[in-house]
Amino acid sequence: MSNDVLVLAERVGKQITDSTYELLGKARELADAWGGRAEVALFGPSEGAEQLGGADAVICIDHPALSDYVPEAYETALLHVLTQRAPRLLLLSNATVGLDLGAALSVRWDAPLAAYAVDLAVDGDALVATTQILGGKILAEVELGGSRAIATVVGGSLPPMTPAGSAEVVTLAPPAELDSSRMSVLQVFEPSGGDVDITAADMLVSIGRGIGSQDNLELAEELAQALGAPVSASRPIIDAGWMPKTRQVGKSGLKVKPKAYLAFGISGAPEHLEGMRSAELIIACNTDAKAPIFDVAHYGTTVDLFDLMPALAEKVKG
Amino acid sequence: MRIVVLMKAVPDLVEEIELTPEGNDIDREFLKFVLNEWDDQALEEALLVKEASGGEVVAVGLAGDADIDQSLYTAVAKGADSAVKVIGEATQTHERAALLAAYLRENPADLVLTGVQAPDDLDGQLAPMLAAHLGLPHVSVVVAVAVGEGAVVVRQEFAGGRSQEVSVKTPAVIGVQAARQTPRYAPISRIRQVMQSGALPEVAVAAEASGSGLRVRRMYEPEKTSHAHMLTGSADEVAEKIIELIRARGLVKG
Repeated sequence: MSNDVLVLAERVGKQITDSTYELLGKARELADAWGGRAEVALFGPSEGAEQLGGADAVICIDHPALSDYVPEAYETALLHVLTQRAPRLLLLSNATVGLDLGAALSVRWDAPLAAYAVDLAVDGDALVATTQILGGKILAEVELGGSRAIATVVGGSLPPMTPAGSAEVVTLAPPAELDSSRMSVLQVFEPSGGDVDITAADMLVSIGRGIGSQDNLELAEELAQALGAPVSASRPIIDAGWMPKTRQVGKSGLKVKPKAYLAFGISGAPEHLEGMRSAELIIACNTDAKAPIFDVAHYGTTVDLFDLMPALAEKVKG
Repeated sequence: MRIVVLMKAVPDLVEEIELTPEGNDIDREFLKFVLNEWDDQALEEALLVKEASGGEVVAVGLAGDADIDQSLYTAVAKGADSAVKVIGEATQTHERAALLAAYLRENPADLVLTGVQAPDDLDGQLAPMLAAHLGLPHVSVVVAVAVGEGAVVVRQEFAGGRSQEVSVKTPAVIGVQAARQTPRYAPISRIRQVMQSGALPEVAVAAEASGSGLRVRRMYEPEKTSHAHMLTGSADEVAEKIIELIRARGLVKG
């Protein structure tokens, strides 16, 4: 067993993602505590390796099957790296890539997995993860037994590492299984333009499940118009098809940081909070006084949104 | 095409969650259990696939899940061709995946759909774990499934509004984030009719023992590091205070 920590690097275009740096910071901390190395696996063309200074090594595998993110090919390549490098811990983002790979590798690499981790710490001989479950209502402190482990970490939970210097680059020959893929990427879709850019707005009128029905969107639109702010929404509104994907705030939507974020009928699932918690002023309206949105909001009210929205619109209009 | 939808009962998050006296698990005794909302999305997507391309939809749950019968009957009422309970109990995804893999080895499916995650799967998500047991390709965070020749084409979502279309050879396991439309409702009368028409068949499987390797030290409610300052009064009074707050930041004119 080694004392190394391995991070899987993710890229958007040629840019290493923020979550990779968050994982790398924790990898550095744990590897130092164990007296091991912090290593990063980077798949596809090795450009990007120079952005990963701060790691002890960047482990590169290139193969035509790895030029896009193909879940199966990435799993094959990552299992190969795990077998070759035998780290004590693998860190993945708890987003699409980590959701594809973490649980599968838990079985295939035979290692316990702590999903939805918000922190990891060494406690004597044990590795302890704090994970967020039940919609953020409960935190669980779990010990990962055995000589190797995997954690998928929720984005924004850890401070990112600032890359510095340069890391040793180790290139591994691609495993033969990459030649026989059952999966291929047909098309990649970038976020569609043409709609309002909610990430550029000073203020957002944001709605969630509490709005009840599509007909009630009028209330939000009327208020938004009076305030000169666009309407944004949490996931259920987008899934219901009531608003386009370009208006979605949260983990699988957009991260926003307006001067004011007015949340109506949003309970505040962790996935939503991830997308808006750094807004300068958050005012939340929800009839459930215990809704998690009130833990990140600066001001809150349990007044019914169906009374509050029209009252606000009327007062703004004067 | 045989499409299996895996369904799990999870604690209703609308309810207060209590912990056991030992403090290392949630107290399930008085909890209300509901269908995992992502599994409901998976069922909807399966029914849409069936409507578009034909096939048979089988809803599968674990007999040990509290209140799973209601969800399975509802699945049939919505349009699933049948529902089955696999005998066994699982609190961890690792145990669940081993049981359901044993079922699927005996009763193979062309396509397995299930929710991308569940609120209580702290040892990992079912779809990839199950696929690893069965040696099948898998894709998670899927928002649309279309059937092609010997393959399915799925749309997989990423953060920031990016997505990609992936062709996956069948048999395959798909973790569904959202169906192409809001899950349909089944009228209560139809659910009752299904319930009266027969019991849910139970299937015994021979699964290998499988643990997660995790030990929960403790569970606790997150400490509130901060809480919103609550504005009280009538809707008019609260509206007045909110406008003052945003006006102070120069965001409302006048």
